[in-house]
Amino acid sequence: MVSGQAVGLVVSVFLACAVEAVEALTIVLAVGATRSWRSSLLGCAVAVFALAATTAILGPRLTSLPIDTLRLVVGGLLLVFGLQWLRKAILRAAGLKAQHDEEEIFREEAEAARAAGARHPGFDPYAFTIAFKGVLLEGLEVVFIALTFGANQGRVGLAAVAAVAAVLTVAAVGVAVRAPLARVPENAMKFSVGVMLTSFGIFWGAEGAGASWPGGDAALLVIVPLVLLFSLALTRALRAGTAEGRVAEA
Amino acid sequence: MKRLREAAVGAWEFVAGDDWLTAVGVLAALGLTALVSDPDEAWIVMPLAVAGLLALSVWREARKRDRT
Repeated sequence: MVSGQAVGLVVSVFLACAVEAVEALTIVLAVGATRSWRSSLLGCAVAVFALAATTAILGPRLTSLPIDTLRLVVGGLLLVFGLQWLRKAILRAAGLKAQHDEEEIFREEAEAARAAGARHPGFDPYAFTIAFKGVLLEGLEVVFIALTFGANQGRVGLAAVAAVAAVLTVAAVGVAVRAPLARVPENAMKFSVGVMLTSFGIFWGAEGAGASWPGGDAALLVIVPLVLLFSLALTRALRAGTAEGRVAEA
Repeated sequence: MKRLREAAVGAWEFVAGDDWLTAVGVLAALGLTALVSDPDEAWIVMPLAVAGLLALSVWREARKRDRT
C-alpha cells in the first residue's frame, strides 16, 4: 500500500523538479535558439549527468546514517529550503516580489547570448557553459530535496523516478511548444513545494531531535493543512497591508 | 586553507540563501526541541518556532521593500 509519506515524497520532488526544469528550459532554449542547439543540448546533458552522479554518490552515504541523525539533518535542511521557497512564494502572491516571467528571462538570455560575440561553427563554448551552469544550478537544490526526502524514507529510487518524470514532462512540453513555458503556474507550484518541505521538515526535524508526535505519522495530516493555512493567512495579511499603504499614499 | 574556507562559505550560502537568520533560527529550534526532556511535550517547539520564523522572515522582507 502507498503511504502518505510516499505520496508527499513524489508530489514534492515532482513539483520542485518541474518548476526548476521550467526555469532551466528557458535558459537552454535561449542559448540554443540564438547560438548553437548542439552545444546548448550538450551542456544540458553534461549537467544532468553531473546531477545524476551526485545523487548516485550521496544517496547511499545518506541512507547509511543512523535514522535519528538522518531525520535531524534532513528535517533541518528541508526546513531551511522550505522556508525560503515559502517566503518567496508568499511575497510573490502578495504582490511584493515580481513574478517569475519566463518570456522576459528568455529575451534577456537571448540578448546576452547575441552580445557575447561571434558564434563558433562547431562547438560553441558560450552556449555549452550557459546551458551547463543553468541546468546545474537549477538542479542542485532539487537534488538535495530529492536526496533528503528519499534517504529519510529509504526511497532514493522513488525520489529519482519522480525527478526524472518531471524533467521528461517539462522537456516533452518544451519540445512540443518550442518556447519558454510562460503559462506554467510557477508561483503556485513553488508555494505547494514550500508547504510540503516545511511540513515534512517540522515533522522529521522534531522526531530527529527526540520528540514524539501525538498520533505518530498521522500528525502530518494536521501539520500540512496548518502550514498551508498559516501561509495563506500571511499572504492575505501582507496583501491587506500593501493595499492600506497604497490608500494612505493616495 | 583558503579553498576550504571558500567551500565552507559556498556551502553555507547554498543552504542558508539570502536569509541566514531563518537558518540560525531553525538550528536553535532543533536544539531547543532536543533540550526539552519529555518527548511527548517536545513536539510543540518546532511548529511554534517555524510559524514565528516564517512570519518574521516575511515581515522583514516586506518592510525592506516598503522602505525602497
